[in-house]
Amino acid sequence: MIQLEKRPTPSKFWTWTTPVLAVALTMIAGGLMFALLGKNPFLAIKTIFYDPILGEFAFYYRGQLLVKAGPLILIAVGLAMGFKAGIWNIGAEGQYIMGAIVGAGVGLAFYPSDSPLILPAMILAGAIGGLLWAMIPAILKVKFSTNEILVSLLLVYVAEQIQAAMALGLLRNPDATGFPGSRNLAQWDASANLELIAGTGMHLGVVAALIAVIFAYILLSRHLMGFHIQLAGQSPKAARFGGVNPTRLVIFCMAISGALAGLAGLFEVTGPAGQISINFNSGYGFTAIIVAFLGRLHPIGILLAGLLMALTYIGGEAAQATLGIPAAAIQAFQGMLLFFLLGVDVLSNYRIRFLRKGVA
Amino acid sequence: MTDLLTIQGLTKAYPGVVANDDVSFAIAPGEIHALLGENGAGKSTLVKMIYGLVKPDAGAMHLHGQPFTPPEPRAARAAGVAMVFQHFSLFEALSVAENVGLGMESPPPMNQLSREIREVSHAYGLPLDPRRLVGDLSAGERQRVEIVRCLLQDPKLLIMDEPTSVLTPQEVEILFATLNKLKSEGTSILYISHKLEEIRALCDGATILRRGKVVGSCDPRQQSAAELAELMVGEALHVPDRAASEPGEVVLQVAGLTSEHVSTFGTRLQNVGFEVHAGEVLGIGGVAGNGQDELLSALSGETRGARETVRLRGDPVGHLGPNARRDRGMLSAPEERLGHAAAPDMSLTENGVLSGWQREKLTSGGFVRWGAARAFAEKIIEGFDVRTPGTHVAARALSGGNLQKFVIGREILQRPDVLVVNQPTWGVDAAAAAAIRQALLDLAAQGAAVIVISQDLDELMEVSDRFAALNAGHLSAPRPARGLTIEQIGLMLGGAHDMDVAHTEDAEQIKDMYQNPKSGEPRP
Repeated sequence: MIQLEKRPTPSKFWTWTTPVLAVALTMIAGGLMFALLGKNPFLAIKTIFYDPILGEFAFYYRGQLLVKAGPLILIAVGLAMGFKAGIWNIGAEGQYIMGAIVGAGVGLAFYPSDSPLILPAMILAGAIGGLLWAMIPAILKVKFSTNEILVSLLLVYVAEQIQAAMALGLLRNPDATGFPGSRNLAQWDASANLELIAGTGMHLGVVAALIAVIFAYILLSRHLMGFHIQLAGQSPKAARFGGVNPTRLVIFCMAISGALAGLAGLFEVTGPAGQISINFNSGYGFTAIIVAFLGRLHPIGILLAGLLMALTYIGGEAAQATLGIPAAAIQAFQGMLLFFLLGVDVLSNYRIRFLRKGVA
Repeated sequence: MTDLLTIQGLTKAYPGVVANDDVSFAIAPGEIHALLGENGAGKSTLVKMIYGLVKPDAGAMHLHGQPFTPPEPRAARAAGVAMVFQHFSLFEALSVAENVGLGMESPPPMNQLSREIREVSHAYGLPLDPRRLVGDLSAGERQRVEIVRCLLQDPKLLIMDEPTSVLTPQEVEILFATLNKLKSEGTSILYISHKLEEIRALCDGATILRRGKVVGSCDPRQQSAAELAELMVGEALHVPDRAASEPGEVVLQVAGLTSEHVSTFGTRLQNVGFEVHAGEVLGIGGVAGNGQDELLSALSGETRGARETVRLRGDPVGHLGPNARRDRGMLSAPEERLGHAAAPDMSLTENGVLSGWQREKLTSGGFVRWGAARAFAEKIIEGFDVRTPGTHVAARALSGGNLQKFVIGREILQRPDVLVVNQPTWGVDAAAAAAIRQALLDLAAQGAAVIVISQDLDELMEVSDRFAALNAGHLSAPRPARGLTIEQIGLMLGGAHDMDVAHTEDAEQIKDMYQNPKSGEPRP
C-alpha cells in the first residue's frame, strides 16, 4: 500500500525538481503515444524539444520562440498574481482581445499621422482596454459576489463577438475593398511594433514581458501588497485578521492581469499579427493559465514555463510538418505536460511511504 | 435487566493529550443517557469510539453482553448503533430521499424508500417530504433527515451529538417528543450536550466527563443545574485568590454590541456591553459557540459595526478595521491558531509580519523590511521560549503550544493598550499554558487592559480580576472574580436572568442605531 504523509514544511528540493520530473515523464508517456501512432518516439521528441533550438533549421524557429513566449509570459505573470490570491481570472483571452481592439482603435483614429507618440498612446490604450474589461468581473464580484471564473470566461465570448464586429465594421480597412480586418498596423510606421534585434523575435512585447517578470518578482517577494496577495490565497481568514481588504485585492489583481493581457494583445496586433481580424485571437489567454501553473505562479518559473510552452508549440508544429504527427496528438502531448506537473506536485507537500500490505 | 451497552476502562491518547482516560459507564435499554462535559472533555472521542470512527487504545465495550469493537462505522451500524452528527453530511442538490438512500448499505427502490421515509417521519412526529431538495430545508428539517436516516436502520442505540445547537426552541420541543417516543419503544439514546437544562428535562442518567475522565454519574432530574455545573466544571476549581489591583482608567468600553454570526453555526451577540480598565484582566467564560468567535471578531475589527459600539479611551473605533485598531493600540489573538492567527504554510518571519508590520515598522515605503521582520520573529522566539529550529520554519510545523506562544508573543511584544485573546491555552501543554498566562498577567501589570475569552474556568479564575460569562450571545454583568462561588459561576454560565447586563438607556440607544443604521446619529 502506498501512503501519503504530509510534510511539516513544503520541500524546497521537490518544489524545484517536480517541473523537471514532469517534463521527463511527459517525454516518456508522449514517446509511448507517438510509438503507438507508429512514429519513431525518439525522433519525435527530438523534433519537439531539440530541433527548434539547435537543429538544422533552428534559425527559423528561434525567432518564433520569443514571439510565442512573449505574450504567454506577459499574460501569465498577471494571472499568477490573482491566482496566488485566490482570484481566478480565466478570461485573459477576452482582455487580450479588448486590449488589442482599444489600442488599435486609438492608433487608427490618428491614421495616417506619423507622430512618434502614436505607439506609446496605443500601448497605454491597450493596457486600459484590458484593464476595463477585467473590471467587469471584478466589480460584479465585489458588489454582487458573482463568480469571477464564470463572468470572466463568458466575457471572452463577448469579446470575440466584438472583435468580429470590429473587423467587419468600425475598424475595417476602408482601402481593402470589402475584405474584413483592420489596416495592417505592423506596416504603418507610427504603430509598428518591430523586431528589435533581427532574427531573435525580440519585440517590445517580449521586453514588456521581461519587465513584468522583474516587477512581479519584486512585488511578490518584497512588497507588502505581494505579501498580502499570498496571505489571502493561502489563508483567507488569516488575511482578514491581518487587515487585508478583500475588495481592494480583487480590484488590484484583476486590474493587473487585465492590463497585462491587454498589453499582450496590443503588442500582438501591432507586431506579429498586424491587424484586427475576425480570428485575431489565438488562445494565448487560455494557454497562459497553463503557463502560470507550470511556472508554479512564480515569475521566474513563468518565464521558463512560457519558453517551454512556446517550444512545445513550435516543436509540435515542426513535428506535424516533418513527421506527420496529427495535431491532436501534439495537443495531447501538451495536455500530458500539465497533467504530470499537477500530478507530481503532490511530492512537494507530501512524502510517499510504501507500506507492506496488511499493515494499517 | 442487562445493560444495552457497557463501556469499561476505555482509554484513548493522542500525542500530547489523553482524550479518554479509563472511562466506564453503562446504558440500559430504553434509557436516555447524557454525556455531559465541557468542550475538550473527551465526549466526541468517546462517541467516535462507540461508532467505530476511532479505535480505543485500551478497554472494552459490550453490546447486548457481546464484545463490541466496531472497526468502522458500517460495523457499528450493522450492530444497531446509529449516530446523528452535529454538522450534517447532506447533499444540498439532492432530494431528501436521495440523501437518505446514499447513507444506506443497500437502499430499497426509490418509491419504496420515499414511502418509508414518509411513514417513519410521520410516525415520529418529524414530518418530511421525501421529494424536497435538502438545499431548501431549514437546519431543523435537515436534522430530521439525519434522524430519519438513522431510524430507518432500526437502531438499538442512537447517538446524538449536540443536537439542539442548531434548533429553535420549538424544534427542540419536537425533537424531545421524538426522543421520548423512541425511548418508550425501547431504543436507548446517548445524548451529548453541555446544556444543563435540556439534560435535566430529557435524560434518565448522566455521565460527566472532565479532562477525559469520568468525574461522576448522577440522575440529572435529581440535581440542580448548579450542581451539574459544579460536577462538569470540577470541584478542584480553586477560588480566586488574586488581589484585585487598583483599577486604572477605563480603556475600552463596549456597549450595545449586536453582531451577525461569523460562521454558519455561530451565535449572534445580543447587546453586549462591558468596560475594561487599564491594568485589569477581564475573563469571559462560557461554553464554545455562545458568541466567543463573534466577540473576538467584533473586538479585533474583522467584523465592523456602528462607531459607538466600541470605544478606545473614549474614541469610537467600532467602525474601524483590524489595522486601524492595531494602530491605536488594540490588538487581538483569535482562537484558531492555524489559519486565522497564523497562516499555516508561511514562515514564522512572514507570520510576524502578518499582524506586526504596522506597530513594529516592518515596512518602509510599502516594501517589507525582511531583515527587520526576521529580527522581530527572533525576538518573539527568544522572548517567549518558542521551540523551533528557526524563523524560516512554516507555522504548521510548530506544535500547538509553541505556535500559541508565538502568536501571543507577537501581540504582546507590540506593547498593546488592549489585548483580546480567545482560548489562549486551548490544546496547549501545561508548561506552555502557564507561560502564556504569566505573560498575560505581566502585560496587565504593565498597565494594559486584557480580555481573556476562555472555556477553561480554572484558567479564568487564575488570571481574571473580573469575570463575566457569555451565554447564547448575552454577556452577564462582569463581577469581581475574587469571592465568586462555583454556584454563582455556574449560574452565570447558565445565563440566569437576574445577572444579565442592565439594559441602560445608553446601550439601548446604540443598539437601536446599530439596527437602523440609517437613523444616523444617536438621539440627543
